Amino acid sequence: MTDSTALYDIPGPRTRRRHRLYGAVATLAILALLGWIVHLLFETGQFTAAKWTPFEYKGIQELLLRGLGNTLKAFAYASVLSLLLGGLLACGRLSDHAPVRWVSTLLVEFFRAMPVLVMIFFIFVALKVQPLPALVAGLTLYNGSVLAEVFRAGVHSVDRGQREAAYALGLRKTQVMTYVLVPQAVRAMLPAIISQLVVALKDTSLGYLITYEEFLHAGKLIASNLDYDLPFIPVVMVISPIYIGLCMLLSWFATWVARRQRRSPKTEAVEVAPAEPGTLLPGDPAATGRM
Amino acid sequence: MDVLTDNFSTYAEGFLGTVELTFFSSLLALALGFLMAGFRVAPVGALRAIGTVWVTVLRNTPLTLLFFAVLLGLPRFGLVLPFTVFAVLALGCYTSAFICEALRSGINTVPRGQGEAARSLGMSFGQTLTVVILPQAFRTVIPPVGSTLIALAKNSAIAGAFSVTELLSTYKTLSELGYNIVWTFVWIAVGYLIITLTISALFNVLEKRYGVAR
Repeated sequence: MTDSTALYDIPGPRTRRRHRLYGAVATLAILALLGWIVHLLFETGQFTAAKWTPFEYKGIQELLLRGLGNTLKAFAYASVLSLLLGGLLACGRLSDHAPVRWVSTLLVEFFRAMPVLVMIFFIFVALKVQPLPALVAGLTLYNGSVLAEVFRAGVHSVDRGQREAAYALGLRKTQVMTYVLVPQAVRAMLPAIISQLVVALKDTSLGYLITYEEFLHAGKLIASNLDYDLPFIPVVMVISPIYIGLCMLLSWFATWVARRQRRSPKTEAVEVAPAEPGTLLPGDPAATGRM
Repeated sequence: MDVLTDNFSTYAEGFLGTVELTFFSSLLALALGFLMAGFRVAPVGALRAIGTVWVTVLRNTPLTLLFFAVLLGLPRFGLVLPFTVFAVLALGCYTSAFICEALRSGINTVPRGQGEAARSLGMSFGQTLTVVILPQAFRTVIPPVGSTLIALAKNSAIAGAFSVTELLSTYKTLSELGYNIVWTFVWIAVGYLIITLTISALFNVLEKRYGVAR
């Protein structure tokens, strides 16, 4: 936290003592809160054997694993397809032909402005598509159009001179793009792309709402089992660390890539901010709100 | 068109549900986001740790999982509240992590000299933060906070699937009544567009009035 020192001086001995006191109070408060939660857990009998036995059964473990597999499957389809759709829409938005540009802009803005869940439900309910394709289609439309904005920002982030030099050498637009701009842009926008994939991974859990048999759905099946005394809390305690851990791993990968690139002398110090989740705010300088 | 005119009250109820959910969750998210942003830049290590854990965990939690844990899990503790309150809790906490990060990056855009000047006048950390840094940080975070709140409005759709009355959940009632499902969704989409465009217009006005080009 060296960058926030603008807010306070390096503390002297008395201030340090005071800060230690604050720290101790905060720690105590947190510990008290945690203790209270643990007390509640015991009070309501969340650690009774009946609630935890299901996790010992092979069938239940397999059910959870199958759910996790289905989650990863949906994530894999959705990420590959959204990258493709994002590339396509970005090409459209960067096109020299005005109608193509308009259509892609319209599509991008519309899909970013709609809640993902509304699109998934529409495809699932109105178009009567199976759960997996419906989930993947919804995620692809949303993340694809967000990624299109990331790609566009990436191409624009490449220094103007690169483009001008390439045109001056007599390259055509396609060549300028594929040989000069895109290779440089990809490095700059890689962290933003991975961050968007974290969003896709998180959103696969929406499949639960359209009865796709993913991880959370498997959890729900176990949680609502009367034989095991409705082990809701144990299920949450088992599946959330796995879910959150997966997303954190991917997030850390994004920050790692970003840090490595800042160090690399080959890439310029441009940073492509993650595109907004359907902002509709024109000219947004500090885009941070990936959700 | 019939779907809308025949069921205007259903749509209105759902629309108001979404507005209500968005409004109260935004308040909670802003309040918590502020607190956590304050924690994250505080000189006390323990507070910084709390802020970091809060943001890291919530940003990496699928919102559906959070809804599942809060709406279906918390009642197992004997905590029984209306589903709308639970939904506000889940949405507000989730969004607060993003608000916190927006605020923190806003605080980082304020030139260091401002903080140094404030301290040289003898201001405490609290004074530096609230009198000098935050008012300036505010002006740069208007767009990101706006888009975070738009995302919140869109995310509130998930509450509908957990049987909270809001815009998306109206489709169930209407499809049971046998209306054309495509048109049902068209009007739901229009409803969401109205809400997101209103928030975005609001923040555009705020930005025009208070925003700065640095």
